[in-house]
Order: sequence, then structure tokens, then C-alpha cells
Amino acid sequence: MSLSLTSLLHVTGLVKRFGGFHALDGLSFHAAAGEILGLVGPNGSGKTTSINVISGLYAPDGGNVTLDGVSIGGIASHKLVHLGVNRTFQIPKPFLSLTVRENIAVALAYGRAQVAPPTAEALMDEYRLTEVADRPASELNNAQQKMLDLVRALATRPRLLLLDELAAGLNPTELDWISARIKALAQTGMAIIVVEHLMGFIEQITDRVIVMNAGKEIFEGKLAVAVKVPQVIEVFLGGEHAA
Amino acid sequence: MRHLLLIVLPLLVIFALLPGVYQNHLLLFNFVIFLVLAQGVNIIYGFTGYLPFGYVGFFGAGAYGFAITVMHYHASAPMAVLVAGAVGVALGLFLSPLLRLSGAYFAIANMAAALAVLHFVANPALEDITRGPYGVSLTGTFNPTLAYAAALIVLALTMGIVVFLKNSSFGLALQAVREDPVSASMAGVNVVRMRVIAWLASALVAGLAGGVYAWYVSVFFPDNVFSSDFSIFAIVFALFGGVATITGPIIGVVALYGVYNLIGFTTPQYFQLIYGLLIMVLVLFLPAGLVSLATRRGWRVP
Repeated sequence: MSLSLTSLLHVTGLVKRFGGFHALDGLSFHAAAGEILGLVGPNGSGKTTSINVISGLYAPDGGNVTLDGVSIGGIASHKLVHLGVNRTFQIPKPFLSLTVRENIAVALAYGRAQVAPPTAEALMDEYRLTEVADRPASELNNAQQKMLDLVRALATRPRLLLLDELAAGLNPTELDWISARIKALAQTGMAIIVVEHLMGFIEQITDRVIVMNAGKEIFEGKLAVAVKVPQVIEVFLGGEHAA
Repeated sequence: MRHLLLIVLPLLVIFALLPGVYQNHLLLFNFVIFLVLAQGVNIIYGFTGYLPFGYVGFFGAGAYGFAITVMHYHASAPMAVLVAGAVGVALGLFLSPLLRLSGAYFAIANMAAALAVLHFVANPALEDITRGPYGVSLTGTFNPTLAYAAALIVLALTMGIVVFLKNSSFGLALQAVREDPVSASMAGVNVVRMRVIAWLASALVAGLAGGVYAWYVSVFFPDNVFSSDFSIFAIVFALFGGVATITGPIIGVVALYGVYNLIGFTTPQYFQLIYGLLIMVLVLFLPAGLVSLATRRGWRVP
């Protein structure tokens, strides 16, 4: 699983600065096709920033990002989408005045998916949006907007999917349901990186986690092992709990 | 296709026949010009969210593009109208860095840019080229009948662009960019390119309209063709009817410019008061334009 030869995404020594603050400070990790990788860490440890850099929202200030051996650091987002990278947003960002169907139509028309993507009907059916297909996205509830954000990403048929707190705010039934969906996506060969605070959810779906602190990785492996590592306990709970 | 047949064609036929039954041809011509300008604002504001307070800059530049081509190169009027369109596009390209700004900052910068073009054209030092502040007189090409026909052709082109935007995935993607540029890029849309294309399309129609206007009036001063009234009227008409639709700006022009002229003829002393109050009431109670009366009820407005 951790053999770098089979990996789709390689992040090496990634640096991102905001003024004097190093949001990412030499982050390295990799993700393989078909794998679900969890990215965990305390607030401000650089999880969302790393997703923003990988998806092209920010250009890196140092280090490398490669997809299938091709360097993608600093490439514009829409080109990364065409190369097979996509993401969801912590706060869903659908096109509010457009209908659900139109939201999906934009991604289907401009995503330039290399393999024919599923139809809008199939996607809406699978992610429980059929009932609201012709309603403007502004009328959806938070969970539906999150699903629409995910469907917008899936309509471009990504090889690498970055999920930024998709599960936050979902109820337990919805959580079980979305876990199953994410696992099914990974089985199609998609590499999926999940940023999440809900440890139960992370435990349920990930094969492997990267624990981040202060812009770099401090642990890589199974979540069950991570929670026994003193350094990990220290960053999550504070120094006195480690030992 | 349905939109072309049911909206654009009747509109063109009506305005082609009206000069035969209504004597005030200048008023009809102004209606056509404002239809073009309001739809031009619709293209850039309705579909991308950039409010062009200096939209008249393209119009004035087109008018002077027409005048210079006729005065210095003795070109035919239709040729000069095409040049006017090209001048509008060239100015649009030159100003495209403004698209880096957003909201009020873009609106203010665009207004300043239009003023800069006005003062450049009206500079007495350029008298040999633009006639500076003294205005131009183009008696040689004066032909209101042909100019009116040309205005109808420009209107047809403009309406064609709006119909395309309303019915294509290109127009949908533009609206996606307006709603959320970050999400739009994550749908694979090249945000910068889309914005520039819409910007240039709206610059093109305003430049053409300016050229046709210069042809029709044939004598004008810089302050006439760079008057901020053009920007403000076009924006108000488009917003009043409702943007990002085909019919909204048409309704806006016909209703508001109609009322404007009606009040102006009958009770000019109350004109400013009534017009001002009307606009205030609409902004307060119908901020999304007249068409929102229908869309609120769930009807789809083309």
C-alpha cells in the first residue's frame, strides 16, 4: 500500500507561506489509486491549506506536487480539473442561482473528463438530489449542498478526489450512507483524501492517515496506531497527556 | 431557436415597421440604441456580475472610431461602423486588466476609465485627429434611413449574443463564474478567459452602437457621446427589467424609456420627480427587476 511506485499523488517538501506564517512547512506524503487517505491534525495544522495547494487554489512556495509523475504544483485549478484532480469545499460552494441540474451541467460540459462521466440523472439519483433537480441551489439544505458540491466534482470524473470536511454536520444515518459511497468510489480506482475532524468517520473509511502538525506530517499509518503515539497525543491533547 | 423566433424576430419586425407609422424617427432610433446598450450591460453584468459604470466609454470610442475613419480615411459609413466595433473591442482589450477588480472597485475604475477616454478624445492638442472639444460634423455620410437599418442589424447581433448565452453551456458557465469563481474553476471552467470573452462581446456591441449613433446624428461633441447618461440609463433599464434574461432588458427599455419620454412630453416639470420616485420604488421592492414578479412564482422567464 505504501509503495511509492504505485502512488498517484506525491507531495514532497511542500511549503506555503502567508506573510511570515508557514502554513505548510515541508509537508510530504503520497496517495495511491484506490486508497482512502485521512488527513488529520489540530486546527491550523495545514490540512485545508494542503488541499488548497494540491487543487491549485494557491501556488506552492516550495516543494513538489506530482500526479502520475507529472509536476502539477502551481497549475491553474481548471487545468488540474482537466488532469483529473477535484475537490469539495468545507463550506459548500454551489452556484446558488442556478438549478441543481444546471450546476451539474456546467461541470459535465467543462470538466473534459477523460473517461465518459456518469450522466446528470445518474449522479442526482445516486446522491439523493433528484427531487430538487430543478430547484435553485440556494434552496437546498446544508447536507444537499454538500452532496451537490461532491456531485459537481464527480461529474469531472476525477482520479484524485479531495474531500474537505464532507462529513461535518451530517447525521449518523447520513454518515453511514456517505461512508459507503466514498468506499465505493475508492473501489473504482479513485484516490481519495479525506480531511475530517470526526475520528469515528476517519476510522470507518480510511486505509491510512497522515497526522499533521504545524504544516508538516508527524505520523503516517493506521489511525489505531496513531492514537498511541505520544507525539500525536501531545498535539491533540497537550503535553501533560503524553507519556 | 424558439427564443429567436418568438422574441428577437417580432422585436426586429416591430422596430422595422414603426418608422412607417410613427413620425418621431429619432425617438425610435434612441429606443433601438438603448435596447442594444441595455443588452450589452446584460451580457457583462447579467452573466458575469461586473457592473460597468463606464460602459459609455465603448460607445463614445465607437462613435469617434466611426468619425475618424470617415474624416481621415473617407471610408463608407458601413465600413466605419465595423471600425467602430473594432475600436470598442480594442478598448475592451486595453481595459481587460480591470477585470481583476470586483464589485464597487470595478464599477469605479470602469467609470474613471471612461472619463479618461473622454478627456483623451476631447484634448485640444488632438484637434487634428479628433477635432478635440470642438466636435465633429460628418455631413458627407448623413443618411438616417440607412443608419436606422444599421442600428437594427446591430440590435439583431446583440440579441443573438444574448440568446446564445441564455441557451448554451457557455452562458451557463459564465453564470457559474458570476456565482462563484472558485467553484467554477473546479468545474473545469477557465474563469479568466470566460470573463474576457463576455467583456469583449459587450464592448463590441457598444462600439457598434456608438458607430451607428455617430452615423445617425452626424454632428456631435465629446460630451454628447461620452455622456454618463448612456451608462446610467442602460444599467437602470437592464436592472429594471431583470438581467440574465433575454426579455428583461427589453421590458426595461420599453417601459422606462417609454415613461421617460411620456413624462418628458406631457409634464416636463414633474419629470425628474416622477422618474426618480419610480426608480426608488422599484429598487426597494423589486431589486431583481420586473421579471422577478414571474420567477418568484416559479415561472421560468426567457
